[in-house]
Amino acid sequence: MSDEALTPPAAPSRLRRAWESDLIWSFRHAPVAMAATAVVLILVLAAVFAPLIAPHNPFNPATLNLMNGFTAPMEPNAFTGEVFLMGTDDQGRDVFSTILYGMRISLFVGFAAVMLALVIGVTLGLLAGYLGGWTETIIMRIADVQLTFPAILVAMLIFGIAKGITPPEHRDQMAIWVLILAIGLSDWVQFARVVRGATMVEKSREYVQAARLIGRTPVSIMLRHILPNVLNPVLVIATISLALAIIAEATLSFLGVGAPPTQPSLGTLIRIGQGFLFSGEWWILLFPAITLLALALSVNLLGDWLRDALNPRLR
Amino acid sequence: MLAYILRRVGQSVLVLLVVGLVAFAMFRFVGDPVDAMLGQERTQADIERLTAELGLDRPFPVQYWKFLTQAAQGNFGLSYRQGRPVTEILLERAPATLELAFVSGIMALVGGIALGVFTAIRRRGVAANVIMTVSLIGVSLPTFLIGILLIYIFAVELKWLPSFGRGEVVRLGGWTTGFLTESGLKAIILPAITLGLYQMTLIMRLVRTEMLEVLRMDYIRFARARGLREKSVNFRHALKNTMVPVITVTGLQLGSIIAFAIITETVFQWPGVGLLFINAVQFVDIPVMAAYLMLISVMFVGINLIVDLLYFAIDPRLRLDRGTEAKA
Amino acid sequence: MTRLTGLALAALMASTALPVSAETLRWARAGDSLTLDPHAQNEGPTHTLAHQIYEPLIIRDMTGAFEAALATDWAPKADDPTVWVFTLRQGVKYHDGADFTAEDVVFSINRAKSDNSRMKELLSSVVEVRAVDDHTVEFVTDGPNPILPSNLTNLFIMDKGWTEANGAVEVQNMDAGESTFAATNTNGTGAYKLVSREPDVKTVLTRNEDYWGKGQFPLDVSEIVYTPIQNAATRVAAILSGEVDFIQDVPVQDLQRVAATDGLVVKTAPQNRTIFFGLNLGPDDIANDNVEGKNPLSDVRVRRAMNLALNRDAIKQVVMRGQSQPAGIISPPFVNGWTEEMDRIETDVAQAKALMAEAGYGDGFSIQLDCPNDRYINDEAICQAAVGMFGQIGVTVNLDAKPKAQHFPLISSGGTDFYMLGWGVPTYDSEYIFNFLVHTRGEQRGSWNGTGYSNPELDARIVSLSSETDLDKRNATIADIWGTVQDEVLYLPIHHQVLNWGMTDKVGIEVSPEDDPKMKYFTMK
Repeated sequence: MSDEALTPPAAPSRLRRAWESDLIWSFRHAPVAMAATAVVLILVLAAVFAPLIAPHNPFNPATLNLMNGFTAPMEPNAFTGEVFLMGTDDQGRDVFSTILYGMRISLFVGFAAVMLALVIGVTLGLLAGYLGGWTETIIMRIADVQLTFPAILVAMLIFGIAKGITPPEHRDQMAIWVLILAIGLSDWVQFARVVRGATMVEKSREYVQAARLIGRTPVSIMLRHILPNVLNPVLVIATISLALAIIAEATLSFLGVGAPPTQPSLGTLIRIGQGFLFSGEWWILLFPAITLLALALSVNLLGDWLRDALNPRLR
Repeated sequence: MLAYILRRVGQSVLVLLVVGLVAFAMFRFVGDPVDAMLGQERTQADIERLTAELGLDRPFPVQYWKFLTQAAQGNFGLSYRQGRPVTEILLERAPATLELAFVSGIMALVGGIALGVFTAIRRRGVAANVIMTVSLIGVSLPTFLIGILLIYIFAVELKWLPSFGRGEVVRLGGWTTGFLTESGLKAIILPAITLGLYQMTLIMRLVRTEMLEVLRMDYIRFARARGLREKSVNFRHALKNTMVPVITVTGLQLGSIIAFAIITETVFQWPGVGLLFINAVQFVDIPVMAAYLMLISVMFVGINLIVDLLYFAIDPRLRLDRGTEAKA
Repeated sequence: MTRLTGLALAALMASTALPVSAETLRWARAGDSLTLDPHAQNEGPTHTLAHQIYEPLIIRDMTGAFEAALATDWAPKADDPTVWVFTLRQGVKYHDGADFTAEDVVFSINRAKSDNSRMKELLSSVVEVRAVDDHTVEFVTDGPNPILPSNLTNLFIMDKGWTEANGAVEVQNMDAGESTFAATNTNGTGAYKLVSREPDVKTVLTRNEDYWGKGQFPLDVSEIVYTPIQNAATRVAAILSGEVDFIQDVPVQDLQRVAATDGLVVKTAPQNRTIFFGLNLGPDDIANDNVEGKNPLSDVRVRRAMNLALNRDAIKQVVMRGQSQPAGIISPPFVNGWTEEMDRIETDVAQAKALMAEAGYGDGFSIQLDCPNDRYINDEAICQAAVGMFGQIGVTVNLDAKPKAQHFPLISSGGTDFYMLGWGVPTYDSEYIFNFLVHTRGEQRGSWNGTGYSNPELDARIVSLSSETDLDKRNATIADIWGTVQDEVLYLPIHHQVLNWGMTDKVGIEVSPEDDPKMKYFTMK
């Protein structure tokens, strides 16, 4: 601690390097984390390159042949004779391609929602923790209101309102943005609380006071001195939130406020697939469900490991 | 203390007003009840007449004001769908949801603490690691899918447990309970698991983290050094000190349980307020939706308040600042 | 063991020909009745429950044919075609023991005609109802009305004394802020009495042992336990696991599974409902397309092309699993005026493309399709499939699927240019379709006509139907109107819906086209 007070804080790049090497050492000794990373990487890459990998484009209805519907995996369709790796769904869409494209939507919604929550949460958390007083009271009361309302209700609310005010011709694409907004807005409080707490601790440290003495502006102090020091918990929350956001999107789709069926996300696919659980078309549910499970589980495991690895007291 | 409580209550009322406004604003966008209320044979004249009758043609602030003044007197009006007072319907449905939430909550708390302690003590054991990983599967699938899978396995294939409803209920005054009949007890198992799984995982992980931190503290080491039995150290000293965050999280999660009950109740046709709400959304039963959201808010605000007070009671050192504890 | 005793009992009963078997029927469907007040809602599940408890003058039996209920005879007066005479059944008692009389009919019909009633549209032609004596009632209409009886099959008769004594004369008024006694209590003449009811949870009915029809109907079911189960998978699970005996609304994909399960059967029949797309062809320009300054839908060639692009057989095969009847006309087959010729379908993408080019839309256009996702069987999936089919002729369709509560108001308000709608014809006569779907939208007629189509000459012909007493002449006019509707391609028919009921093999009943099981007809093995 006295070190920090005497020498000016190290440049972020060097700080980060040390932090990273430490993290990487821990990573190399955690097989679960490595496996999880591999799964996430594969899935993300598959989603990014979906147009190159997928044999069909399930989002272009004009190219679909309805008669291909309900084809079992690796079996020729009774009418068209076409064969599909993971079968087809009720619209004749290739399940494999639909999963790849669906994952793009799920991941995009997940990442974007978490980024939104992170930006709002970190900004408000920094402001509340650093400025204190009225700013803090107002921000934390808003956070209370937000916590008061369960996430899915917030999402349903935003979805309802957005649908009402969006011009009809944009509703198709709007659904995705609304999902991001809804999930992101119901998730920022966690970030804000943690950052505020950490900021309050950091604020009283000598190095911050020193920076203030030499005339640094509050914005610069917050961004250059405090922010790097609260990044660890933020990273952990962000990882776990990503898994939560992907699941939340799936849950919302069950309530009928998810991605549109013509551009299904993994969640929408599962909602559609569960209708065929009893009828024997298991592949429509199973493959998307496994993909979602693999994705969310890996992200969760990664978050778990990150939490332990970044907590020096647990080593 | 008193000043603190008063301030919190004042803030709570403000929160309720805001929630009411937002909730009410939503109704304009979920649909139009008039078409749902009139049959296939309705004419254009009927539509206009009913719109006027329900006051839906009046400006938004007027509608909200009417809602507020009536709600303040505990009158949420008549359900458009059932034609009965909303308050009566809510009271009728509340026991189902509360019993479900209670069982899930207890399950989550007991299971979560037990598994959390176990995984913390045997931190490097195989069993603990398996439990940690498996528990994540429960939170990596959407609730509705878990519910449907449980129905498929335990109701359709094994025929052990019912797939829907509450079974036989016994009426005790204004309360209906499923706890007193065999079918009622059987019926609550699957929904309670579906609903409580997420919270159980959450509590388990929280207890584990807290335990791990506490177990490293000096006083625990001293206790061990003094030769206290391992069990006594773990439970009397370590676990006790993890209870503060656990109570906070459980309290806040109680709200989530009620909210997520919407999905569980829909899947299991559980006749609680969540199912009522979903039905109301489909039918655009505005009075029911408004009352439900207000009820939920009152409950949440109440829970928040109680958690704050409990906090104060358990650990005065923490003062009244929940933010600093900063748990992910 | 219980089964054996049941069988033995049944055999015993058969010999005495008295239905006193003790059989409980556990019955589930997707939605619940909205109210017990028989005149407060005009809606399927509400009427179905009411039919067990209350009775109209005339009912439709399980095949859809007229059957005498509280009236034994009905005919227009020989010298005055504007008066219908109903002879009432004698010796009928309400569940509370009161006698059924002509007074009750007059009272009930007037109640159903009152402002708050949702049944009044069916009685709009009735000017007066009068009791001639205790067992004869006359209905006076504003002109000759040959199809009056078919408007009365869901008009339930309440006891005047009971209703008045309990302050339920007024049909429930939503704005008054109070519930009425009749919305939660019943006193009918029907085969079943209400035991208990929790809306959306459970309704229990028990057999009326003093029912007038004893000996005439099977009446095997002694107790009915009715539970709505919304989630389709849960509903199917309930019958697969043996928790219920009878379900309506079996999802089409689960029919095979249910039928293949030991002890379960599925029964199927065409429903009185046709599903179709409506096109906003009236205005000069529409909002939800990408064509500026003109309305592609107002060109009949475009409508014809879209009609030809729809591959109804594929929809039937895949989306509906064979459970639909592809339609070329928006009228169900058992409706007066329907012909096989008009119901013929045709798919021809090449010709459709040619028509599009001829109309000047060779490069296509884009438009939004509004579709419900919780109303008709696989509604959203049908729309999705149609999007692909329209795509093949260059019409890019943006699908907006939403709950019915948001969908139907769009049709009333004109907020949609391309929409899905389903139509049932409770009167079994084409006039009903024309009144609601073809006539220019106005105060009294055309309320569901979202096409913007207006043809005063056609309107005049539609109006003339209500007072035409010469049935041959009337049918000729109906055929004539259909001709115009088909030529103009006012709507794009998709299919006639097919109903599926799942039940245990001890239940004996055939599916009714109205989807309204009347339990007095059920036999139990």
